[in-house]
Amino acid sequence: MIRIEPRPAPPRLLTLGVPVLAALIALALAALPLAFAGADIATAYGEMFKGVFGSLFAFSEMLTRATPLIFTGLAAALAFRARLWNIGAEGQLYLGAMAAVAIGAGAIDAPAIILIPLIVILGAAAGAAGMAVPALLKTRFGADEVVTTLLLNFVILIFVQMMLEGPLKDPMGLGWPQSSPILDQGMLPTLIDRMRVHAGLILALIAAGIAQFMLARSVWGFRLRAVGENAAAACHAGIRVNRTLIGVALISGALAGLAGVGEVAGLKGYLTADLSPGFGYTGIVVAMLAGLSPVGVVIAALFIASVFVGADSMSRAMGVSSYLADLVVSMSLLCVLIGGFFARYRLVRAAKAPA
Amino acid sequence: MTAPLVLSLKALSKRFGSVIANDAVSLDLHRGEVLALLGENGAGKTTLMNMLFGHYMPDSGGIDLYDAAGNAHPLTLGHPQAALAAGIGMVHQHFALAENLTALDNIALGSEPLLSLRRDRARTRAKVESIMQRSGLTAPLDTPVGRLSVGERQRVEILKALYRDARILVLDEPTAVLTPQEADSLFHSIGAMTRDGLSVIFISHKLREVLAFSHRIAVLRHGVKVGEMATAEADDRAIARMMVGADTPTTPREPMQPGAPVLHLDKVTLTGTSARDRLQDVTLTVHAHEVLGIAGVSGNGQSALAGVISGLRAPDRGTISVAGTPIAHPDPRAMIRAGIGRIPEDRHHDGIVGAMSVAENMVIERLDEPGIQTNGLLNREAIAENARTLSKSYDVRGPGIDAAARLLSGGNIQKLILARVFEQDPNLILANQPTRGLDMGAAAEVGRRLLEARKRGAGVLLISEDLDEILSLADRIMVIHDGHLTEVTTRDREQIGLAMTGEPA
Repeated sequence: MIRIEPRPAPPRLLTLGVPVLAALIALALAALPLAFAGADIATAYGEMFKGVFGSLFAFSEMLTRATPLIFTGLAAALAFRARLWNIGAEGQLYLGAMAAVAIGAGAIDAPAIILIPLIVILGAAAGAAGMAVPALLKTRFGADEVVTTLLLNFVILIFVQMMLEGPLKDPMGLGWPQSSPILDQGMLPTLIDRMRVHAGLILALIAAGIAQFMLARSVWGFRLRAVGENAAAACHAGIRVNRTLIGVALISGALAGLAGVGEVAGLKGYLTADLSPGFGYTGIVVAMLAGLSPVGVVIAALFIASVFVGADSMSRAMGVSSYLADLVVSMSLLCVLIGGFFARYRLVRAAKAPA
Repeated sequence: MTAPLVLSLKALSKRFGSVIANDAVSLDLHRGEVLALLGENGAGKTTLMNMLFGHYMPDSGGIDLYDAAGNAHPLTLGHPQAALAAGIGMVHQHFALAENLTALDNIALGSEPLLSLRRDRARTRAKVESIMQRSGLTAPLDTPVGRLSVGERQRVEILKALYRDARILVLDEPTAVLTPQEADSLFHSIGAMTRDGLSVIFISHKLREVLAFSHRIAVLRHGVKVGEMATAEADDRAIARMMVGADTPTTPREPMQPGAPVLHLDKVTLTGTSARDRLQDVTLTVHAHEVLGIAGVSGNGQSALAGVISGLRAPDRGTISVAGTPIAHPDPRAMIRAGIGRIPEDRHHDGIVGAMSVAENMVIERLDEPGIQTNGLLNREAIAENARTLSKSYDVRGPGIDAAARLLSGGNIQKLILARVFEQDPNLILANQPTRGLDMGAAAEVGRRLLEARKRGAGVLLISEDLDEILSLADRIMVIHDGHLTEVTTRDREQIGLAMTGEPA
């Protein structure tokens, strides 16, 4: 008989190796659907690689795609570290984006030096506000934040659609449900000439760096970790658990809001209801793949973005469905979860009981 | 006892790490007999029964079952299925019922094949009804268990065991959750069933019911069977003495003049749902240079009392004063600031954050201190230095100060907590079951540190289920029973033991 028992201390190599291994296995498993689609597997992988590393443009596209994923990945990672299950980054992203166009699309005519910080701050605040509601419901009434944050996503999305048909609708938009464009001086500058990668990436990297530093070195990070790892002991030690949770919730929401700011003020210029192809949810995969470490989030976001961009380019070149990317992303999450299980537990052949 | 043997436990031993839970315990059970297993918390009663039921694998020893002809059959150890097949039924303190299923489904659950397509409900019902009639245990069979009272749920558990043709029934503190009337009716049913040939082992703290309803009594203490007698020949004083032991105090406690009051609880009331978390008009004072011991049987309000003093639970009525100043908003933070050092009962659950490092756990109560942080950033060198100093002076041994605290042994986790508490020079130390699960050496160390703090001028509130510990450390003793606190002036074990069971001493 085989029994499962917890490892006393998960080996460091295993905790670091599991996500990498999971990512590689997920990528390898993509061969199966590729084979079913009748594509030549070696060529397909080649195209995928070329789609990311084949040119400076391809690489810059990958970085552009990674930018919102770093933000939403950080949003999930920080919240999850405190055992606060924020599944609502998608909605908070839209709140951030909506705030950005509300302020940046002509409401205030200010120079870039004022307008850009204003857009960024208000976008973050809108995301934070979106997470404040579930956090208060949780700490006051014990409402499960998984349910409230998840359902708020749909509420927010419908609200966005309503606004795009109403107050935020672009009068010059030929009737399309989209917002007016953000003023030129409100747009985040691009990093490379004639390419789409924008200053949001720098912002995301700075946010990851700060998060990493604060988690390890600040009293705030100490409290967050203590609450997440053992709320009862944290409370016993005089740490105000609810206050800590609300603080984390606001920061998590703000980070997700920044993802939305980057997408409208860095990339698209205006808001539509299909701004995000699920960046909020993919951020959860990114965070899990990263083992909830902020620096890991950056690496995981680059990987997931590569898969998306590579698969897109491969599907165009080979005529197979680009849903392959979604498949690889989902499989890498499954592999991480299974791998994480084996990092924490080991299988033991149970000693036969003497009769 | 002339009835034939049905069960014999032979020299069962079980160790958990350095703790000996059972040391060569032998026990016989006869047909139709009610055997009461008595002992303090941690005496090893539940461990013994878990070995019988196959939940734990004994380190040594064996179990024999006897058939009707008197032939011995060894029981396969470590397999609950084997115990069930051999006719052993166990009803735990915490029930294992599916709340959304009816009582009847719960009774049948597990006895029928998992994948059978059709169930013979009529036959199941007929069998259960006949058992109910014979035993006098009744439960509404078609009601979901979630809507049954605690007493009814317990009867469902017992019916479940009987439905599986149990010949031996083990009840772990069956009356802990019952009203006195329910308890009496339970024992009458047990009487009816034993006349039918069932043998019963029940674990209890309550002398009254043990004397009234059992045939034989076995007493465990510190994992050893210290006595066994026919109930007819037993007297309560002898049993109380056996339960709590007569060991001489090990730590010398020098006499001291108590100083000013450091902690005063005035008519503190906590309305809880069970006796476990209820306090009734509790008034107590702890002075400097004084150890106040709270004795009592587990689950009589100790956790509630500790919760109030450590700030985890705000009292519904009454006031808490520390050094003469009332605490307006009692929470853990306020208590720490008022100079109360807390040693929690469950050191893994409340005492440490297992995933964080030893060094971090040593400063977790001091995060606001300027030495520990500067402008919100941790002073890592100061934290490490603190951990090195404390590890040395409190002899905390383990893989190092940067290792996760959960990797320490139980004794070293307790030393970590002691270090954290004592180095703050608290006015009052709340020590809740501070030596539970520790080996002799670590336990003695805890006692020595508590007395040292007393000498320095701290007051100590020691809550313990180990009467030996209280007698050796406490200057004054109070007994907690059902949320009520009463001072006892005697140091006589038997008198205190009686007070602990709620009888007037």
